[in-house]
Amino acid sequence: MSDASAAAYVLKLYVTGTSPRTSIAIANLRRICEQELQGRYELVIIDVVEHPQLAEDEKILATPTLIKQLPPPLRRVIGDLSDKEKVLLGLELQPTQKPLTNTSPRP
Amino acid sequence: MTDQVTSVSVEKLPTGITSFDVIAKGGLPKHRTTLLSGTAGSGKTVFAMHFLASGIRDAGENGVFVTFEESAADIRLNMGSFGWNLEQWEREGGLAFVDASPDPSVEVIESGTFDLGALLARVQNAVRKVGARRVSVDSLGAVFSQFSDQSIVRRELFRIASALKNMEVTALLTAERTLDYGPVARFGVEEFIADNVMILRNVLDDENRRRTIEILKFRGTDHQKGEFPFTIVPQKGLVVIPLSAMQLKQKSSDIRISSGNNDLDKMCGGGFFRDSVILVSGATGTGKTLTVTQFLKGGADKGERSLLLAFEESREQLFRNAIGWGADFERMERDGVLRVLCDYPEVTGLEDWLLAIQQVVQEFKPTRVALDSLSALERVGTTKAFREFVIGLTSFIKHQEITGLFTSTTPTLMGGASITEGHISTLTDSIVLLRYVEMFGEMKRGITVLKMRGSAHDKGIREFNIDKDGMHLGRTFRNATGILAGTPVHVSPNDLERVWSNLDRDERVSSGDDEGAAMSRHQMDRRRK
Repeated sequence: MSDASAAAYVLKLYVTGTSPRTSIAIANLRRICEQELQGRYELVIIDVVEHPQLAEDEKILATPTLIKQLPPPLRRVIGDLSDKEKVLLGLELQPTQKPLTNTSPRP
Repeated sequence: MTDQVTSVSVEKLPTGITSFDVIAKGGLPKHRTTLLSGTAGSGKTVFAMHFLASGIRDAGENGVFVTFEESAADIRLNMGSFGWNLEQWEREGGLAFVDASPDPSVEVIESGTFDLGALLARVQNAVRKVGARRVSVDSLGAVFSQFSDQSIVRRELFRIASALKNMEVTALLTAERTLDYGPVARFGVEEFIADNVMILRNVLDDENRRRTIEILKFRGTDHQKGEFPFTIVPQKGLVVIPLSAMQLKQKSSDIRISSGNNDLDKMCGGGFFRDSVILVSGATGTGKTLTVTQFLKGGADKGERSLLLAFEESREQLFRNAIGWGADFERMERDGVLRVLCDYPEVTGLEDWLLAIQQVVQEFKPTRVALDSLSALERVGTTKAFREFVIGLTSFIKHQEITGLFTSTTPTLMGGASITEGHISTLTDSIVLLRYVEMFGEMKRGITVLKMRGSAHDKGIREFNIDKDGMHLGRTFRNATGILAGTPVHVSPNDLERVWSNLDRDERVSSGDDEGAAMSRHQMDRRRK
């Protein structure tokens, strides 16, 4: 793992307001990212109530929706992210912290 | 008190879909959600978009289209054939899409519980953006197929439906069903999500497709019951054909018009009524097309416009035959007093024929419409569709206050009634029967006016001849019985004497039998011998 791969993960989490489900999803995601992607990810949280047009552009239906923007391919995980295995599957990560993909990091 | 009741009743929003508002008694219940369920290809998406299109175009009411199935791009393309320029409306801010169609290139993984908060936010955003009064959601079933946890989808759809009501929009939600006659919708919950339920059907019956719409329930308000045929027309969209809508409104005229034949006019007590529908029934070759030709010529001679809908003979045949009877159709067309619509009945369905005929009538504005023959149209559709066609056509013709003359062919040469007659005899105002009469080794033709609503008429069966000038009526077949049954029996003068003396003589005189008034029946019968 070179340093260039540090910011390889760009994640977006779409949520609805400040509901309990929103808080659970954010907590779950932060925990997984700290465990598996420490220092190698960028997370943007978007509230669809405040930014419906962003949800429209991205064609989001469900909240919470986690989008793995980078590295490709684009993946979506919906739900409160309580099932860690499914989240890792979506992020194409194994619990061993090694990415499954062998795509070269972007500049 | 009554005022209070009215003020709390459910308001209706006219959809603008042709004749749908008639069967819905004003339109869709305002600020409510209505489920529109139907099998694949039953016209759900067209209805959903037509509802928005007529709002945007004709009522100044903007709309939002939420699509779960087809992409917005596909819908823009598909709806172009109806003359709806969706892209222009989108640019002008009259229409907004919420494209919730699945993107097959993106894999979605479910981890834990979720809601459809983003969808709701997008719908609310779109409604706010264009100031929508109407929302169409197409279709609920496709939402279920996008997620594996159906109980969540069910809960969320309820939430979205109630949110739509709070937005004070009138919403139409479509849903799939697997059978035309079966459960309301596939997932069994759709009908509980909405306040009102309507069903579109596309039934294959006897090799013919028949589209119908039925309003199953309107919560707290009234609607017409039963299935109503509809059709989908390019440049127009969905057109519902209301059957009972026009029927009882028609006025009744006592203006008489000529049948084009003086003798027949006399038999009818002075001619046909202006806004009546006349059925001419007879076996092949008895003179139905001739009756039609005379009827058209009678109009043309008075400078009236006539429309001929010919489904049996080609244009050339018709024109040649008409010349043979002294009517020049070609010149009549040139003079603008005649239009001939000649086509195979099979080219389109009965609903579309009805619309096509209505359109020609509205354009050409004839005072006489002749249709030759109904029997040819009968084979195009199901019995029910045919009956609806005749009801639709007769009520339309009466509504226009014009005269309609339909012909129908009897299947047997002698006597008998056609299936066509059975279906429509109660709908027509007058029935003229043309029959072959076999007497002493000779084939004669007989004519009788069986029914003439609102007028006295000749009850006799008259013999008639056809020559180059048309139809000439002769005497009554007084020395024969059983003509209508197809088995004429000669009656001896002695028997006749006995029968006639029992009958009321005055009745026959008043009925316009010009011969009978002058001389005694016995004398007449003797004269004929």
